Amino acid sequence: MPHLLTAGLGLKPQHYDEALHCTASGLWWEVHPENYLADGGPRLAWLEAIRARHPVSLHGVSLSLAADAPPDAEHLRRLAQLVRRIEPALVSEHLAWSAWRGRYHPDLLPFPRTHEALARIAANIAATQDALGRTIAIENPTHYLHIEGHDWSETDFLAGLVRRTGCSLLLDVNNVVLSAHNLGTSAHDYLDAFPVQAITEIHLAGHHADPRLGEALLIDSHDAPVAEPVWALYEHLIARTGPRPTLIERDDAIPPLPELLAERERAHRMLANLEALPCT
Amino acid sequence: MHLSDFQDGLASALLPPPGASAPPPAWLDALLAQPGFAVYRNTVAKGCIDALQANYPAVHALVGTDWLRAAAHAFVHQHPPTNGRLMGYGAGFADFLEGFGPAADLPYLGAVARLDRCWTESHLAADAPALQAAWLAQQAPEALARLRLQPHPAARWQWCAEHPAYRLWQCQREGLPWDANLPWQGEGALLTRPHDAVQWAPLPHAGCALLDACAAGATFEDAAAQALQADPATNLPALVALLLRTGALRAPEPC
Repeated sequence: MPHLLTAGLGLKPQHYDEALHCTASGLWWEVHPENYLADGGPRLAWLEAIRARHPVSLHGVSLSLAADAPPDAEHLRRLAQLVRRIEPALVSEHLAWSAWRGRYHPDLLPFPRTHEALARIAANIAATQDALGRTIAIENPTHYLHIEGHDWSETDFLAGLVRRTGCSLLLDVNNVVLSAHNLGTSAHDYLDAFPVQAITEIHLAGHHADPRLGEALLIDSHDAPVAEPVWALYEHLIARTGPRPTLIERDDAIPPLPELLAERERAHRMLANLEALPCT
Repeated sequence: MHLSDFQDGLASALLPPPGASAPPPAWLDALLAQPGFAVYRNTVAKGCIDALQANYPAVHALVGTDWLRAAAHAFVHQHPPTNGRLMGYGAGFADFLEGFGPAADLPYLGAVARLDRCWTESHLAADAPALQAAWLAQQAPEALARLRLQPHPAARWQWCAEHPAYRLWQCQREGLPWDANLPWQGEGALLTRPHDAVQWAPLPHAGCALLDACAAGATFEDAAAQALQADPATNLPALVALLLRTGALRAPEPC
């Protein structure tokens, strides 16, 4: 019996009509809820039409769970309303911050993983899960900076959040590869230490080298097909976890939908092949 | 280090508030010196500027990408986004442009920006049934005079006394050529969302006055008087027909 959700794609406005009528097995669509937190209007109508035919995942980018402040009450209220309306299969956010003292910085910003940060972020995740009435998955971000003062490795920090809040984890394999490359650590070691039993979703994406610094710094640009080293690590990962809903992310230089569906098919086949293996 | 201290430092380096600021502490200097810091700085600036460019397409078409992004860069530092719903970012860009030195040669730019903003607000506004002509026709004349009609939540309107703001905006929005033979005179615009998509139409001064009065809670009789005051030659039935046809008024709540 195959899993209901195999490989998904990010839903882009230019693909709405084609997306609506896709019949690929196991397909689901992911959106940033920020683009649908409207009072009404066509965006919500489009998302509801998609949801009537396909599973939908809400992947937040601005809840700012790693800020030293509770999540914005108005944002959380709107998100809870969207969750009730859309009944998404998956809800996720990032281990990062973006909103701080009334200003929003559109990025996924890093922080020192201290004991204080763990307590604060656990409280923020718990408040979010209470408001939404469901668990959420937390994603590992891409790192570009060496930061002093970590009390925890990222994998232990994430495991701590799972233990404290019951949240699950979204493992972004591209982010693992890029962070390891940019910080001079090992992607394989990171995956070996990752609490894989908590993974409920996997992300795959493309990246490019920094235009100024070249290969020394890899940017999580989501503007290219998934790179081969990321596919290789993904294969290694799902051999351990078994099949997990997997998203191909593409947010820039977006090709026609058939091209994305072909890339998505590769992940779908890898997941389906796992299903076909006898249990060991 | 406390999490809040870290966030105060990094935030001030990413979107520096206007005016002089203290030199960064040593720990922040160590982050700023790393090549990776530019990735965050660029992503934050690009995210804000891209959102403004997307939300002000007619302004963008009028001034071009370089000019728009330079103006947006200045705006972002004065009025950074306050939340992650960037689809609605940029309220106040029209006022900003009207006080922006390099825009002094384009005195109509603020009025065009105001209509781009109307489109965004209409696009994101709440759904509601529009007032139907049939319902209005059933009201007795005395009752009609006392009605307090509300604008539809997705209706937006603007009167511009100095410039043909509607045609300037419409030409950019629809990719139409500018007709230099038409007179340069004040114009109003009405944006509504009767179904899925935002629609637009020219709206005379009297129509803007009528909708202003309805929004302020006036009775239909008073709103009509204000429309006639704005333009004594107003054809009131034609104006009301336009508002009904475009879905500019909200159906009354069922009792």
